[in-house]
Amino acid sequence: MTNNTHHTHEPLIQVSKRDDMTWYGSWAVRAIAIVLALAVCGIVTVLLTGLDPISVYVSMFEGNFGTSRRLWAMLKELSLLLCVSLAVTPAFKMKFWNIGAEGQTLVGALACSACMILLSGKIPSALLIPVMLVASVVAALVWAVVPAYFKAKFGTNETLFTLMMNYIAMQLVSFCIVFWENPKNSNTVGVINSDSMLGWLPSVGGQKYAMAVIVVALLTVIMYIYLRYSKQGYEISVVGESQNTARYVGINVKKVIIRTMAISGALCGVAGFLIVSGVDHSITTSSAGGMGFTAIMVSWLAKFNPLFMVLTSLLIVFLECGAGQIATAFDLNHSVADILTGIILFFIIGSEFFIGYKIRFRTKKKEA
Amino acid sequence: MKKLLALLLSLVMVLSFAACSGEETAKDGDFKIGFIFLHDENSTYDKNFIDAALAATEAMGLGADQVMMKKNIPESAECYDAAADLADAGCDIVFADSFGHEDFIIQAAKEYPDVTFCHATGTKAHTENLDNFYNAFASIYEGRYLVGVAAGLKINEMIANGDITEAQAKMGYVGAYPYAEVKSGLTSFFLGARSVCPTVTMDVKFTNSWFDIAAEKETANALMADGCVLISQHADSEGAPKACEEKGVPNVAYNLDTRDWGPNTALVSSKINWQPYFEHIIDATMNGKEITQDFCGGLKDGVVEILGLNDKVAAEGTAEKLEEVKAQLIAGEIKVFDTATFTVDGKTLESYMADVDSDEAFTPDTEVVADGYFHESEFRSAPYFDVDIDGITIK
Repeated sequence: MTNNTHHTHEPLIQVSKRDDMTWYGSWAVRAIAIVLALAVCGIVTVLLTGLDPISVYVSMFEGNFGTSRRLWAMLKELSLLLCVSLAVTPAFKMKFWNIGAEGQTLVGALACSACMILLSGKIPSALLIPVMLVASVVAALVWAVVPAYFKAKFGTNETLFTLMMNYIAMQLVSFCIVFWENPKNSNTVGVINSDSMLGWLPSVGGQKYAMAVIVVALLTVIMYIYLRYSKQGYEISVVGESQNTARYVGINVKKVIIRTMAISGALCGVAGFLIVSGVDHSITTSSAGGMGFTAIMVSWLAKFNPLFMVLTSLLIVFLECGAGQIATAFDLNHSVADILTGIILFFIIGSEFFIGYKIRFRTKKKEA
Repeated sequence: MKKLLALLLSLVMVLSFAACSGEETAKDGDFKIGFIFLHDENSTYDKNFIDAALAATEAMGLGADQVMMKKNIPESAECYDAAADLADAGCDIVFADSFGHEDFIIQAAKEYPDVTFCHATGTKAHTENLDNFYNAFASIYEGRYLVGVAAGLKINEMIANGDITEAQAKMGYVGAYPYAEVKSGLTSFFLGARSVCPTVTMDVKFTNSWFDIAAEKETANALMADGCVLISQHADSEGAPKACEEKGVPNVAYNLDTRDWGPNTALVSSKINWQPYFEHIIDATMNGKEITQDFCGGLKDGVVEILGLNDKVAAEGTAEKLEEVKAQLIAGEIKVFDTATFTVDGKTLESYMADVDSDEAFTPDTEVVADGYFHESEFRSAPYFDVDIDGITIK
């Protein structure tokens, strides 16, 4: 008898990159992922709480769309998250790892509330809101350009640099709260100009959050056009693909890095402005609420396409608002809702792997 | 055509039935109360409110569908959204538990004049002049004074046993912020201890956070390393009690019986029992009675409580002494902030203007020292005692 076994080692699982997935194929994978995620969530829900998973999902929908107020609250969260996501997108597309959107947004919010507190009643109220907007944008822009300048000039690590700027921003807010706190020593600023409403974004059609939604909708379209059709948008893509190529074709890489981060920072400033002037009318160290980090996920999941980002940020906001509703409706600990959110995100991020890569298992050779 | 008509008719019937049944439930049994909590049960502060809310709603016979709880609501516009959402859902009362919620609750109160909004620890009900916005607090300084007495007795025992000398009798206090509520609490605790142990002093350190497990633990450890032989705290986590258990140093807690965290060191605890207040607002709203605009409960109505007295740790005779002092406090024979018992910069406090009515400039507006004592929580429920007295060192 002869043994014909090959001795070349073939791994059990082979993973290879693929580019051949059709658009409907990739959406099918995503749909399957969501169905699977819901199924797993259902099992976990039953095991952990004994509740009927369908009613849990229904309650998630109600948390987002149940009343017009909830719908607007959801739209508000959506537009703020989308605004920060739009901000980080050009930088990430350029492969500039801006982990500092949180701090940039916070500094924008700080500048905005500083104007609201210090300038109210001292300048004409028609001027106040434009001044607040400009101050927010400039402050956040500076916060973003500093690490960009160091990166372009001295090749410093932008991830660490932007991350550390977050902590400086947070301490700066703590510091300012000491001067603005109301009442004294309470460590809270409270609602600014709660009686005069100076510096509050006006409501549109009776909806106080409508202005923020409109602004972000416009920014989304502008960012889409900028990245897709403008020369600068193209330069960002080239620098992101390969800095050497960019240099070879005559792009001034340093200039593109600084310019793009300036745009990134300016948009964070707009987000900070919307948070203070349009929504909270107050400032705390957690005004940015972790959005600077969540935005990175939104942007990546949408492959840096601003229009898809509407969908990905909707997904995340939907899960958040739904999670809160589940906790209230079924008197569950928030952690249960967080677990479900985690499962759903796990599957959705996982589905991107199956869209981008092919998996082949080792096939058993038939023996002769 | 006939089919369509039949369908329409049946639809009308169904709808009218629905409308009828809707009206019927609207009359009785549709009372609803909504709660907004800053954190969830993992914070001792919020757990104290949540437990009281559950107990009160059960005692008042409310069903599960009449109670809505929103937990982990930050002090931002989200609080306003949550309050408005509860009002939309048909709540007759909306209650919020954290100081920073106040402005956002007032915002909602202005928008929903038919809904009652109650807020614990706030300061603005007596100045906002809204018909549907109420504050509540408690004279918790009485409770702090009592647990201070227990701490003083424990230190006396240590001195008598020769563990420490009289000069080493130093307590440590982990505070959250140098805010009136905290200062009022730590001063009353200290005065309670000194009423039985005349040589005692106290070091205070602030964490600048209401809830930070690591910082509270660190701070407690630093105080103990500095020679403090007993620790108390006004911060909401298990940080300090657990640090004390590791080092074997007695600990006086707040809001919670901490004997689980420190079986060998937890001495006693004081807390605000919110159940009577919740029952008051539910009863008042259901039966059309008046709600106290600025409610301040105390020892006498069971709102301020002493709990978790640990026989393993407490000095002999503590329980009896506490009963005695409690009776004297209720009778008004002892005033916690009796100006004869403390000095400020070496002098007796003759007069003090407190900022009782909140305004942007924090103008002191009310004379609060009279008849030989500082009138805490009498001009408004939230504490305003923020004087640094001799014997307490703020580090």
